[in-house]
Amino acid sequence: MSKILPAGTPAPDFTLHVTPDQTLSLKELRGRPVILAFYPADWSPVCGDQMALYNEVLPEFHRFNAELVGISVDGVWCHAAFSRDRNLHFPLLADFEPKGAVAKLYQAFRDGDGFSERALFVIDKNGTIAWSYVSPVAVNPGADGILEALENLPK
Amino acid sequence: MANLRVPVGPTDHAQGPADAPVTLVEYGDYECPHCRHAHTIVKALQKRFGSQLRFVFRNFPLREIHPNAEAAAETAEFAATQDKFWEMHDRIFEKQQDLSDELLLDLAKRLKLDAQELARALETGEFAERVKKDFSEGVRSGVNGTPTFFINGQRHDADFELDTLVRAITEASM
Repeated sequence: MSKILPAGTPAPDFTLHVTPDQTLSLKELRGRPVILAFYPADWSPVCGDQMALYNEVLPEFHRFNAELVGISVDGVWCHAAFSRDRNLHFPLLADFEPKGAVAKLYQAFRDGDGFSERALFVIDKNGTIAWSYVSPVAVNPGADGILEALENLPK
Repeated sequence: MANLRVPVGPTDHAQGPADAPVTLVEYGDYECPHCRHAHTIVKALQKRFGSQLRFVFRNFPLREIHPNAEAAAETAEFAATQDKFWEMHDRIFEKQQDLSDELLLDLAKRLKLDAQELARALETGEFAERVKKDFSEGVRSGVNGTPTFFINGQRHDADFELDTLVRAITEASM
């Protein structure tokens, strides 16, 4: 598994497509906590996969005023279809061109596989990584670690 | 390794003796096909381990992908107030493919429960808090999809096929 960027590191800024004609930059979210959830791919063949789970937990993330974004190497059209199918209420970013560039910035890219780790980052409102975690690629990390990290953020 | 944050207690729905050497907790969703499959596996485990196993079911409805899951969970909780949780639990899974409000009301009638009372409870969300409590606690314990199993308080990260669970339960009982 990768050695992903640890807590205390300034979160590298990036700009990625969130829809075919819209982009999102990390710095636009400054001022509130951000949860970056890197995951290998859309359409994993299980119910309640990681993104579907986070979709259900969204109200709890919002209690901390936190913004959740999912990131994978899938393209915008794939994300759009996946998001519609699963009824997702948070943005999915396409780390598509050059492939995995943002995952690489966060040291969460799996060379050889061509997709990212299941890596989670909680970034504080000033843009510093407060918590990071990488799960074995076959194990959905759940949301408990994220909630605990949000709780531990200085008020 | 994720651990069950909320120990099994008197408000849980449990089958099997409280002092069984192994307690298996499932967080599940009545509309999830994997949980339907797990339901048959759990039945086989109960048959195999008998009084050595206590089984507990907690609600984890994924409402955005399963539009009937919440009503089904609330219906089972409604049945529980009249000591018919497990009867309802089994029937809902058996009829999963036809899940709808009408089916839930029909199942209530068949179990000689007051269907009108159930309709009112679903309307007012009388059991919504209970279901939400299971869900939130599950998230805190590291439930990461459905079904998620905990064996003696530890999340079971391997698959939930019969052989795998038999091995894991046997190990936990030693």
